[in-house]
Amino acid sequence: MIVALDRLLTNSRRALAAGLCAGFTVAAAQAAQLDVSLELPKLAVAEYHKPYVAVWLEPAAGGNAVQLAVWYDSGKANRKGEEWLKELRQWWRRAGRTSVMPIDGVTGATRITGPHVLSFTAGAAPLGTPAAGDYVLFVEAAREVGGRELVKIPFTWPGNSPQKLNATGSSELGAVSLAITP
Amino acid sequence: MHSSVKQTFSVLLTGVVLTCLPLISQAHRGWIMPATTVFSGEDPWVGFDAAVSNDIFIANHAPLRLDDLQIQAPDGSLVQPANTATFKSRASFDLNLKQVGTYKIATASGGLMARWETDTGERRFWPERGKKADPADFKTSVPKKAKNLEVSYNYRRVETYVTRGAPSQAALKPTNQGLELAPVTHPNDLFAGEAAQFVFLIDGKPAAGTNVSVVADGSRYRNNDGAREFIADKDGKVSISWPVPGKYFIEAEYSDNKAAKPAKTRKGSYSLVVEVLPQ
Repeated sequence: MIVALDRLLTNSRRALAAGLCAGFTVAAAQAAQLDVSLELPKLAVAEYHKPYVAVWLEPAAGGNAVQLAVWYDSGKANRKGEEWLKELRQWWRRAGRTSVMPIDGVTGATRITGPHVLSFTAGAAPLGTPAAGDYVLFVEAAREVGGRELVKIPFTWPGNSPQKLNATGSSELGAVSLAITP
Repeated sequence: MHSSVKQTFSVLLTGVVLTCLPLISQAHRGWIMPATTVFSGEDPWVGFDAAVSNDIFIANHAPLRLDDLQIQAPDGSLVQPANTATFKSRASFDLNLKQVGTYKIATASGGLMARWETDTGERRFWPERGKKADPADFKTSVPKKAKNLEVSYNYRRVETYVTRGAPSQAALKPTNQGLELAPVTHPNDLFAGEAAQFVFLIDGKPAAGTNVSVVADGSRYRNNDGAREFIADKDGKVSISWPVPGKYFIEAEYSDNKAAKPAKTRKGSYSLVVEVLPQ
């Protein structure tokens, strides 16, 4: 109750600040931030294809997915790269199969091995404005003639203080971390 | 004796896994198996093998006859397979998934049937095996009285489903003829660790007491097929869980004595191949 009241006050203060400082950076600086970092490991295999990767959020209690990133062979002729999207099996089930590709601001080309950082701001696409509550971050990777892996990180959005949560894949994904600044 | 035991079990253990009694007569199993069942992209193709075999899913006995093959597209229209071929121990065909949604691939056959014995003990069938007969010929072809005369409506149906994009409902609609499975859980949305609900129908009505057997792929490499047996509850419903990802063979049998005249018994057999994906 106290927390809720506190947030209400904070929000009204923010609204006031936004109203007073329209056009300045103060309001933007206060929008909650969600950063995902994920590592695509270097693999000693004879035939390596860059993996397809999907990053999305779901309410912990179930509900619509918020898609944050999908990396696939988006540049192939005749949309041939879409043929393998189904191999991101959970993403395909939760979001992919009802999406029309490409998705503006979400889909992009496959990426090289190493760490990748993705930053999202509340109020802006593709994160939008998720309702406060419990969520799960999903990172799924699937590689042609390779394997598939799904890493999950449960979290609370936006929370009252900065959070840093970590998980590690064991085959197709390396370290995955989620940082939230409310 | 056997049937009374079965009756008791169906009352006590409706919809519960049974492991002690083989409820389905272990004849050869007919199946249509898609290479995979879930598709993305603009112009996917899928290949099917169809066979009658003992092992799941190894085509080592006879091809499934494709004379009655019907493929229903997501918009309800009937579409044609490509590259259909019948080999010594299997039949094969391809399908181009031009529409987004779920396709039903099925062979169904059956109707009024009779069997009896002549005075000299010879067994007779109508229609003759492998042939189709006009029901109008029943009166002239089947004797009114004969030794061990059995007249039945007997339907057999072998099915599978594949989906491009999001699963859709139109192709799941039953024909209301013979024994059928009406999915509650979509057959192309199955995942290991989750349970699926299916309703069995006989001529469109709940087929209470249907015997259902579920066998995971790879039966040849196990000392027994590991079949799990279920009995449909009063609403025809069964709940099947999938312990591991893979392909599964679902087989069902139903019979009662509610057939329309001139038949006395009504029988249905059904099989379905599904693919269960990992979490």
